[in-house]
Amino acid sequence: MAFLLKGAHVVDPQVGLDGFRDVLIEGDRIAAVSEALEAPEGATVVDAHDKYLVPGLVDMHVHFRDPGFEYKETIETGSAAAVHGGFTDVATMPNTDPVTDTGAEIRYQIERGNACGLCHVRPIGAMTRGEKGESLAEIGDMAYAGAAAFSDDGHGVQSAGMMRTCMEYIAQFDRVALAHCEIESLSGHGVINEGRASTRLGMFGWPALAEELEIYRDIELVRLTKCPLHICHISTRKGLDLVRAAKADGLPVTCEVTPHHLFLCEDDITDTYDTNLKMNPPLRTADDAAALREGVLDGSVDCIVTDHAPHAPHEKDCEWEISFFGIVGLETSLPLMVQNLVATGKMSWARLVEVMAVNPRRLLRLEPVTVAEGSVADLTLIDPAKSVEITPDYLQSRSKNSAWLGKTLTGVATDVFVGGKRTLADGVVCPQS
Amino acid sequence: MLSVKHLIDTTSLTEDDIYQILDTARAFEDVNNRAIKKVPALRGRTIVNLFLEPSTRTKSSFELAEKRLSADSLSMGGATSSVVKGESLADTIQTIDAMNVDMFVCRAKLAGTPQKITEHTDAIVINAGDGKHQHPTQAMLDLYTIRKHFGHLDGLKVAIVGDLSHSRVCGSLVPALKTVGAEVTLVGPPTFQVDDPDYYGVPQTADFDSVIPEMDVVYMLRVQLERMEGASIPSRREYNRLWGLDMSRVDRMKPNAIICHPGPMNRGMEINADVADCARSRILTQVNAGVLTRMAEMYLLLGGENNGISA
Amino acid sequence: MEEAKLKAQIMDEQAMGRALTRIAHEVIERNEGAEGIGIVGIVSRGAVIAPLLADEIEKIEGVRPPVGTLDISFYRDDVSRMIAPVLHSTNIPFNVDDHDIILVDDVLYTGRTIRSALDALIDYGRPKTVQLAVMVDRGHRELPIRADYVGKNVPSSRDEDVRVNIKPSDDTTSVEIWTKPSKHNGGAN
Repeated sequence: MAFLLKGAHVVDPQVGLDGFRDVLIEGDRIAAVSEALEAPEGATVVDAHDKYLVPGLVDMHVHFRDPGFEYKETIETGSAAAVHGGFTDVATMPNTDPVTDTGAEIRYQIERGNACGLCHVRPIGAMTRGEKGESLAEIGDMAYAGAAAFSDDGHGVQSAGMMRTCMEYIAQFDRVALAHCEIESLSGHGVINEGRASTRLGMFGWPALAEELEIYRDIELVRLTKCPLHICHISTRKGLDLVRAAKADGLPVTCEVTPHHLFLCEDDITDTYDTNLKMNPPLRTADDAAALREGVLDGSVDCIVTDHAPHAPHEKDCEWEISFFGIVGLETSLPLMVQNLVATGKMSWARLVEVMAVNPRRLLRLEPVTVAEGSVADLTLIDPAKSVEITPDYLQSRSKNSAWLGKTLTGVATDVFVGGKRTLADGVVCPQS
Repeated sequence: MLSVKHLIDTTSLTEDDIYQILDTARAFEDVNNRAIKKVPALRGRTIVNLFLEPSTRTKSSFELAEKRLSADSLSMGGATSSVVKGESLADTIQTIDAMNVDMFVCRAKLAGTPQKITEHTDAIVINAGDGKHQHPTQAMLDLYTIRKHFGHLDGLKVAIVGDLSHSRVCGSLVPALKTVGAEVTLVGPPTFQVDDPDYYGVPQTADFDSVIPEMDVVYMLRVQLERMEGASIPSRREYNRLWGLDMSRVDRMKPNAIICHPGPMNRGMEINADVADCARSRILTQVNAGVLTRMAEMYLLLGGENNGISA
Repeated sequence: MEEAKLKAQIMDEQAMGRALTRIAHEVIERNEGAEGIGIVGIVSRGAVIAPLLADEIEKIEGVRPPVGTLDISFYRDDVSRMIAPVLHSTNIPFNVDDHDIILVDDVLYTGRTIRSALDALIDYGRPKTVQLAVMVDRGHRELPIRADYVGKNVPSSRDEDVRVNIKPSDDTTSVEIWTKPSKHNGGAN
């Protein structure tokens, strides 16, 4: 199968490309990139005028709930949501049931992902057995089975000694430790940012310090262990400053931020107690969100991730304090970034490609994808002017717990190519199996 | 007519709303003082008291208020509630709502529950206390009690003392007092202080003794022993010594100052027994005012149902 | 919605004074004196007229009957349609039991106000008798209620308002008929 993408605005900072090109895909590779190409016999021509073609987007922080919580999401429905949102690769967190802490579970997810064939599923292995923070998981077994990184996401590793052990052990496999930073003795029963919001709505606060103190601890452990560290879903100005300082010291420390921490804040939580605004870490102050947006622009933030967290209606349509943390994000991430940062002129397309494709691919230790001859054809085509209304029907995820339901967002992926296969065509997911 | 459809918090009440409630309650005081303590105002109306958290006194107060207004009422909750058997709030409300009720009075241990109920019914909802959030009917009876003593509310200095951070009473009373022009000071151990006193725009201190001589009202909060999961205070004894209201502190109060407490009291902890029973204590007046103000709230909310036709 | 318009004045201050004096005589005659009489005015206009009636009785008999006021808001059968902006307290400073109660209102119309007032009054005790005195009876009864003492019978249309003004609550002391603004849902209250 061959595709000729005509007239796309190609943006790939890895090869210094920011201009109009025709791109020919043959088999699973890019066969040619040139200013004008003729369609070979039998090739499907895709009109890509007025669209941006970029290396396939990567979301390195999603929860697909498979195995164990298939009523929320499966690898199949999650993959559909991923390509619908423009992603060619997703890294799945290990808080499944059973917890993904052995090679067998890593292989299961990769195989299920391949069987669905919509996007690349890159499982992340647990650092500790059962994510209990007590003993090392079989990190080597998982690395050989294809684990892209290691994390106990969902909780911090409470013991500094245990975290040191994990990082020392992970360092030998050329993998990054992804840290969910939360000191539970400080976050306690917290369900909302401590301060104005917790006072206003009368609930236990989850203080910024619970996150920042653990970021500090883990950065110091990088000095000791030399293990590359990536801070998950960073949510505060102070936390980001700690990462900046670590980078300035030349440490292998990176971080990610979610669209909800960039574009929402605690003030958006009104007395309707909308549980689709309940996150972990919680939505922080407007000042924190502004600092994070600045960090995305100035290079301090390395990746945009969604922390895609599907939950069933009964887990969200209830009282705030007993509702589950998190929202689905795969299908709103790209338009939120395009609409809020790129379309407003604050951010270049090249920077968008860095934070949504190049950097996460590097941190997951994946083969680089470039818009150049010979590269794997994992590509995303984006229509910056196309608007969609976020409705339950629009969302391909099995769960509909989005904070943007009812909103219209502009700048979505129209086509996705994964290993040369067109898994999203004109905004419609193309089942492969 | 109140400016709100439901009584969920005091933050949404205007000054006019508050005085309407207090004035209407005053009219009910006449009813409650006569031999037949009952009026037909809400005859035929159905009120469900949904108490998802046990509360003897608030529930009794509402039940009495409903009976005195001639409403038909039904109390559910505690062990008899299906909510504790794992049914969701939405299911519980829709089930009750299907029986055509006019009003829900809801007490819940989770913040925001009364607001969630409004999403599942057309009936009017009164918040009878939700988690650490608010307890607006308590605030109204407190204001009634204070106004009854002083004849006015504006300009009064009120100290709210104790377990501030776990207190829905504080959450409702502070905004209500601010709306009517009273000055509030929050007093409590640092481990019990509210996360952001600037939200209320009131000072917060741990130093009870320096505050006492200035105050017109000293409002002692119940220490929520059942809510204290960590050790936030060293001991009952130390709490009483630093933040308890004893006679030596009472003697330093202004001549006309009064003492309030929402009950139930931990005698010997936040308030000493002789203080609770002393002449300054308005604790029983508060209980009495509870029935009056709740009658007023239900009368005004159910009466204001059809805003469009009101003359 | 068109404006309410004054159609006619049907009683002036003198006429109302004479009517009140006549009612006072009738009350005394029927009750064989002023002993045991208690006067209760319905809020709001009735409560203004009640002490005036007591004055008249005192002038004749040298005894002033006790006067109380009755707010019937909580007894109305139309709570959902009308809440008084201000509630006045009921204040009956004498024992209702075993008194002959003269219930006073300004205008008798449908009879619903009086029905509510009777319910309220009975919750305060057990009067020996209850008699009704009104300044104006304008007809259109919806309940089997009649007045014992009437200042003036005023045949009226349902499209009209009958207003009783008394100084100092109002600018004048008079009874007036007004055309109702269209769509207005009110009448004597």
